[in-house]
Amino acid sequence: MQFAVLMGFVLAALAPLMQRWFADRTSLVLAIFPALIAAWLFAQAPTVINEGPMLMEWQWVPSLGISLTFMLDGLSLLFGLLISVIGTFVLIYAGSYLKGHRDIARFHIALLAFMVSMLGLVLADGLVTLFIFWELTSVTSYLLIGFNHTDMQARKSARQGLFVTFAGGLALMAGLVLLGVSSGEWSLTDIRGMEADLREHALYTPMLICLLLGAFTKSAQFPFHFWLPNAMAAPTPVSAYLHSATMVKAGIYLMARLQPELGGTPLWIGVLSVVGAITLLVGAFLAINHTNIKKLLAYSTIMALGTLTMLLGIGTEYAMTAFVTFLLAHSLYKGALFMVAGILDHETGTKDVTAMGGLRPLMPVTATIALVAALSLAGVPPLLGFIGKELKFEAVLGAGDFQGLLVVFAFVSAILTIAVAAIVALRPFYGKRHETPKVPHEAPLGMLMGPALLSVGSLVFSLAPATFGVDSLLSSAASAVAGEPRDVALSLWYGVNWALIMSVISLGLGLLLFKYWDNVRGKLMLLAPVMRYGPEAGYEGLLNGVVQFSEWQTRVLQNGYMRNYILVMLVVLIILIGNSILLRHSPLLAFDLDVRFHEVIVVGTMVMGALFATVTRSRLGAVVSVGIMGFSIALIFILFSAPDLGITQLLVETLTVILLVLVLFRLPRFSHLSTPLERIRDGSVAAIMGILIFLLIMTAWSIDQFESISTYMVENSAPLAYGRNIVNVILVDYRALDTLGEMFVLALAAIGVIAMLKLRHEPESPKTAVEGSKSDIKEPYDG
Amino acid sequence: MVKSGTIILNTAARFLMPLQLMFSVFLLFRGHDEPGGGFIAGLVAAGAFTLYLLAFGVSATKEVLRMVDPRDLIGVGLLLGIVSVVPAWFMGQPFLTAQWWTIPVIDFKASTPLIFDIGVYLSVLGSVIGMVMALMEVDKDEP
Repeated sequence: MQFAVLMGFVLAALAPLMQRWFADRTSLVLAIFPALIAAWLFAQAPTVINEGPMLMEWQWVPSLGISLTFMLDGLSLLFGLLISVIGTFVLIYAGSYLKGHRDIARFHIALLAFMVSMLGLVLADGLVTLFIFWELTSVTSYLLIGFNHTDMQARKSARQGLFVTFAGGLALMAGLVLLGVSSGEWSLTDIRGMEADLREHALYTPMLICLLLGAFTKSAQFPFHFWLPNAMAAPTPVSAYLHSATMVKAGIYLMARLQPELGGTPLWIGVLSVVGAITLLVGAFLAINHTNIKKLLAYSTIMALGTLTMLLGIGTEYAMTAFVTFLLAHSLYKGALFMVAGILDHETGTKDVTAMGGLRPLMPVTATIALVAALSLAGVPPLLGFIGKELKFEAVLGAGDFQGLLVVFAFVSAILTIAVAAIVALRPFYGKRHETPKVPHEAPLGMLMGPALLSVGSLVFSLAPATFGVDSLLSSAASAVAGEPRDVALSLWYGVNWALIMSVISLGLGLLLFKYWDNVRGKLMLLAPVMRYGPEAGYEGLLNGVVQFSEWQTRVLQNGYMRNYILVMLVVLIILIGNSILLRHSPLLAFDLDVRFHEVIVVGTMVMGALFATVTRSRLGAVVSVGIMGFSIALIFILFSAPDLGITQLLVETLTVILLVLVLFRLPRFSHLSTPLERIRDGSVAAIMGILIFLLIMTAWSIDQFESISTYMVENSAPLAYGRNIVNVILVDYRALDTLGEMFVLALAAIGVIAMLKLRHEPESPKTAVEGSKSDIKEPYDG
Repeated sequence: MVKSGTIILNTAARFLMPLQLMFSVFLLFRGHDEPGGGFIAGLVAAGAFTLYLLAFGVSATKEVLRMVDPRDLIGVGLLLGIVSVVPAWFMGQPFLTAQWWTIPVIDFKASTPLIFDIGVYLSVLGSVIGMVMALMEVDKDEP
């Protein structure tokens, strides 16, 4: 399976080539890949359902305990099947939807890469692997939302989705690390059964908050929901696939995956059920504000994601059954509805439902599909959505905490959802015929197949859940989420109970709302000024703040003047060293003066060099006197028997002086000399720095905190590394990786210098360059 | 600046450069046991070429270097640094584990750290003379 996932990335890279071979049929050919994966998963299903999780081990970085091991249990099987089956349909659908699009190859690359990343995410056993695939889905989602990259809105939405999910990704990383640290295990299989330790662990709260931040941003939970409707800038196949059926459920997957170990605590129950319920209501409420069919569906997806989170929070047996059933039902109908929305958009040229009407005679098949899928969304028997909704009501009625709140929220949102379903399925197809930008006709087979099969699924899975293996698949998934064996037996009739009564009442009220939708929407428009202050405004404000802050700090700290950079660096060093040495440790000045005459001469030379460098008006003079200091340091190294250091210092100093002299010839004349005030400032910074470094060296010299590593080096360099020169042995053997890195740094610096010098001259005309440089050259000779 | 140096500098450079280069190679090979090593040797060699550059200018130095571009030296140096990693893999040991072989006839100890050190030598040499030459060429462009 790992091989299949990795092959997916290879296939994605080959997609442009295949475009050349298969032209318009590429999507169909590529669809074979997810179809094969789906077939493989189906073949494994009996084993997984009957015998429990399958482990596919593959070591990756064994020394760090990171493995590419995949685990297939009921939950990953359910997700894997959704990803591969809907992926197959979406690819076929996209082939028609984007037929003849200039960038279709790019679309295939991103979509395939997403598909395998998502598969990797739900199959990953290692926490690190899971995180990597998680981030990969964010990246591919970004590429797909911004697919129409010439559209500024699409770019902005893509960036927003990326920022929100990446911010959550960072939190998730912290959460996974905390999970790994507190459990001591880095794979999901090994964490199994540690719930007692984990829930009692001191790090439980921060760990849970970080993990939930990751899950909430990815799964568009309130208040991070705003990126999802904006992500509708993506082509419709992407919306159908990523932003309803798969990627946005990654957060849900993560929570479901960790529910057996981390769930059930008051914090878990409170946060998940309340946030889920708020998301549920907000999504359903915002949905009816919109007339854009994709936005309507996006908000109803937010509602569904809220439902799933809430069910995980409730955590009762009913809730788990409702969770897996609702998950399956939602993926089926929402995928179909999005594809229908794509058909409508494709055929009529508009996304506004109020601009459509009376399309049924023109596109009867689409109308039927839409009707079936929308009935499932509304939760009308005998569709799978009905069972999902019944179970949801049962779950909220049986909730331990926040029962009243959850029931009200679930009931109100059910009414709104029914209105949404009616808007999507009835408004475009019935009523008076409207003129649309394009003349509509029935969609091609490729576009109808996917939604049709998904709708059929919604119907037959609920009519005969046992026959199609849905019961056993959902039982297996529910067992994985609950962490103990569960048996799911779906049924359309649970008898007359409160759930059924709530369903019936909400159906009536929902249809009523649909009837007066235009009026209600008009009233809701009055709320628009208030709505502007939602979480999205917060996001915008934060983003603008960051941009302004970086502009400000670039202007102040990195203004392009070398002297400014040096000043900033020194001041920062003074603060850091000063804080550490003066405030946190007391400086130690215990030393006895045992100085030889030649040492005094060397130091005296250095002091004179330093003083001359500060007072001379000539740059050349300054360079030479700084060079004198360098050579004196080399002399000190040699005096204290460090020949390697001495030689290096000598050579580096020589070459530095030469390079400096060469560079100085290029500099223009001083435009002005420092004012007295600036000199006092620079002088005091330099003096403080000097004193601090002196204190630091004296203190470091008199503290003996750790045993010196040189003893080890001296003892081992000859027997282990066959070298007696410890400095060289460290460079090329013990610390060769560091040296390798430094080689690259040096090479990059050299290439940078060479490139800048060579490129500098080309844009200018030769004449101005000559004039400019004449005055430059004169200056150094003044000294 | 661009004007080449005095007779004394020219004569000295002509004799010193080969000596310095030989000395740098000497430093390179003794480096594992005595003071020296790739970094120092690279700097000495760079010093040799810089002296020649100061004495005779860029074009004369390019003639001495013949086909070799300093930038290529950087690349070859990095390549050797990377190549010295590979043998350990074939021995089934972790990245960068040193490998030693004795070449029988001349009784010379070859090793991956030596290859690595040669890589350091070349990239240091290439970087420094590349930068110096680029700086001097900028001067040369002007009358």
